[in-house]
Amino acid sequence: MHAPNWKADFLKQTDEAGIMVEQLAIGPADLWQIASDDWQRFAQLALQHNLRWAAGWAEQARDWFLINACFEREGRYILLRTRVHNPKPELPSQATVYPAASRSERHTQDMFGVNFAGHPDNRPWTRHKAWPKTRYPLRKDFPVQGEPEAVTPPDRDYPFVKAYGAGVYEIPVGPVHAGIIEPGHFRFQAVGETILNLEERLGYVHKGIEKIAEGRTPEQLARLASRVSGDTTVGHCWAACLAMERAAGIEIPPRAALIRGILAERERVANHLGDMGAICNDVGFAFAHMQFARLRELWLRCNEQLFGHRLLMDRIVPGGVDCDVSEQAGIAIKRGIYQLKVELGEVLPALDLNSSLEDRLYTAGLLPEAIAAAFGALGFVGRASGQDFDVRRDAPYAPYDRLTVKVPVETQADIASRFWVRYKEISVALKLIGQFIDLLSPGDLRSAWKTPEAGREGLGIVEGWRGEIITYIRFDAGNTIARCYPRDPSLLNWPVLEKLVLDNIVPDFPVCNKSVNGSYSGHDL
Amino acid sequence: MLRLFKKILTTGVVTEPVKAPKDDELEQLGIKIKSHIDRKFSGSIAIRQVDAGSCNGCELEIHALNNPFYDIERFGIHFVASPRHADVLLVTGPVSRHMQTALLRTYEATPNPKWVIAAGDCAACGGEFGVSYASCGAVANVIPVDMVIPGCPPTPLVLMKGLLGLMRK
Ligand code: SF4
Repeated sequence: MHAPNWKADFLKQTDEAGIMVEQLAIGPADLWQIASDDWQRFAQLALQHNLRWAAGWAEQARDWFLINACFEREGRYILLRTRVHNPKPELPSQATVYPAASRSERHTQDMFGVNFAGHPDNRPWTRHKAWPKTRYPLRKDFPVQGEPEAVTPPDRDYPFVKAYGAGVYEIPVGPVHAGIIEPGHFRFQAVGETILNLEERLGYVHKGIEKIAEGRTPEQLARLASRVSGDTTVGHCWAACLAMERAAGIEIPPRAALIRGILAERERVANHLGDMGAICNDVGFAFAHMQFARLRELWLRCNEQLFGHRLLMDRIVPGGVDCDVSEQAGIAIKRGIYQLKVELGEVLPALDLNSSLEDRLYTAGLLPEAIAAAFGALGFVGRASGQDFDVRRDAPYAPYDRLTVKVPVETQADIASRFWVRYKEISVALKLIGQFIDLLSPGDLRSAWKTPEAGREGLGIVEGWRGEIITYIRFDAGNTIARCYPRDPSLLNWPVLEKLVLDNIVPDFPVCNKSVNGSYSGHDL
Repeated sequence: MLRLFKKILTTGVVTEPVKAPKDDELEQLGIKIKSHIDRKFSGSIAIRQVDAGSCNGCELEIHALNNPFYDIERFGIHFVASPRHADVLLVTGPVSRHMQTALLRTYEATPNPKWVIAAGDCAACGGEFGVSYASCGAVANVIPVDMVIPGCPPTPLVLMKGLLGLMRK
C-alpha cells in the first residue's frame, strides 16, 4: 500500500509550480525549507497530493521567526519551514486550504504576533485577557512573569457566531461545568432541542507550558511534559524524551524501549476503560459505568503496585525509563491481562445485547469520513470514521518496530463506533503488552545523556492513547531547552466535535463530547 | 438482561472499609479546619469541584472517589453540580489567569459557611507550573484556602482521608 516515491512525485510538482524547496532532515522527518510567499501554494499542492496537515508552530531566532508546518502521508513526515522577518512578520495562511491549521495559526498569531494573511478567522484563540493584544508571550523579549493585572478580567467580548430567526436560542455553557471535568466554554445555537451550531471557546487552562519549558534541563522538561495532559502523561513524556534523544543523538536501550511500550499500552487501556464507562454513564447506564470504573481501578492499582504510580507519571526519563519490570512483575501483569479479558468477556456481551444502549449510541454524533479526513481527526475518533492511521504501525518507533501492530478501523462513524474502536484497541494493547514482556531481555534501563550542541533539534512522534502526538524540541547551549512545542491530538479532534454534534439534540451533547474526549489542558498548553 | 444480573451478582460488593484518619495523618495533610465544621454540616457535605487550570490528573483521581471501591457517598460526601449547592469547593490545578475570575465568581456563589480545599501539588503551591504570565500559582493566591491535600495527583485514598478529616467528629 506504500507508494515509496510520492515524495519524489510531489517534489517534481513543487518544482514545476516554481516553489524552491531546500531539503534537509530532522529526526524521522524530511525538513523542507521554502520561501514564505509560497507557504499557501505549498499547502494547496500538499492537499492535492493527499498529505495530511499534522502540526504547526513557530519559533523566534533573533530578528526572524521560523514558521513550521508538519505534513504526513503513509507514515512519512515532512517538516515544512520558512522564515519571516521581524518587525512585520507575515505570511499567507494555510488555514484557507487546511481547516486543521486554523486554530494552530491563531495560536501562533496570539503567542508570537505572526500574521497569517487571509486567515478565514482572525479572532484570538489562546489569548483571553491575561496579556494585552499587542504583547506576545513566546517572543524572547516577553518576561516569563509577564505584567498581569491583580485580577485577570473575563474574556467577555469574544465575538461568538450568532444565529437569528424564529425559535432560535443560545445556550452558553462553562467554563465551569457541572461535572468533574476540565473547564472550557461551549456556545450552542439551538432550535427546540436540536443543535444548529456549536462553537467551542477554549484556552481557559492555558498555563504557559511552552514558555516555562524554555531554559529547563532535559529532566525538568520531561517532568513538565508529563503534566501537559494528566491522562496522557506517558504519551507526552515519551514524545518529549524521544525528541530530546533524537536531538542529542541518543539511542535508548532495548529494554527501556520495551518498558516504555508497556507503560504506553497500560495508559491506553486505563483511559479506554474510563471512557467506555463514562460514555455509558452519559446515557444513564449505571451498570456498565460501575463495571468499567471497577476494572479501571484494578488496573491503576496494578500500576501503583508495579510501577509506583497509578497514572505512571515520571516513569519515562530522558535516555530511558525510571522503573523496571521484573520477572514476577511480568507474571503479575499477564495475570492482570487475563483477568481483564475474562471480565470484559462477561461485561461486553451484556452491553451488546442492551437495546436501550444501542438506541442512544447508534447513529448519534455522526462524523462522516470526509469531514474526519478534512480536519485530520486522529486516534480512535479518526479510526471510527475510516481514518486508517496509527503511528505505531505507519511510522514505527522502538519498540513497535519489532512487531506487527493491528489497527482497528470502522466506518460507521457514530458514538457506538468510537466505543467499539476503543474496545478493540484495548484488545490490541493487551496483546502488545504480553509481547513486550516476552521480548524483555536483561539490559540497561537508561543510556548516558550527551549534551547536545546548541541549536540541535528533534521531533518526537508517538501514538498516544488519543492518537498521534508530535513534540518539537530545540536545544540551547548548556543542555537547556530553547523551544518546546507539544501537539496533543486534541488540537485536531476538538474541531470535529463542533461538526459531529450538529442535528443532535442538546441533551446528547455530553455523550457526544465524551465519545471524543478531547484534552483541554493538552490543547490550551 | 440475565447476563447483566449475573455479572452484578458475581461481582458482589467491592467497596472497601476506610479507617478514620489519625491525628498525625491529618497533620501530614496540613489540615487547618475550623473546629466547628461538624456542627455546621451535620455529618454531610456537598462538594463542588473546580478545575482552575489542572492537567486533569487530579480530576481522574477525584473521579475515582465515586468508583465502587471508594464509594465516597457512603460517608455523606457528594459532588454537586452548582457552587450554590456546595459547602466545600475542591479546587485543583495552579489557577490559570484565564480561570481566575471564574474561580472568584464560583467562590462568591458558594453560600457561607464554606470551605476551600486545594487538592494536588499545583493547587497547594503551584507545582510544576508555578507563577507566570499565564498562571497565578497556588489556589491560596486567589481565594482563601482552609485545607491542602498534597500529591501529584493525590491518590483517592489520600483524598478520601482528607475529606473525612474535614468531617471528623
Ligand atoms: S498536582 Fe499533578 S496531577 Fe494535579 S494538576 Fe498538578 S500536575 Fe496535574
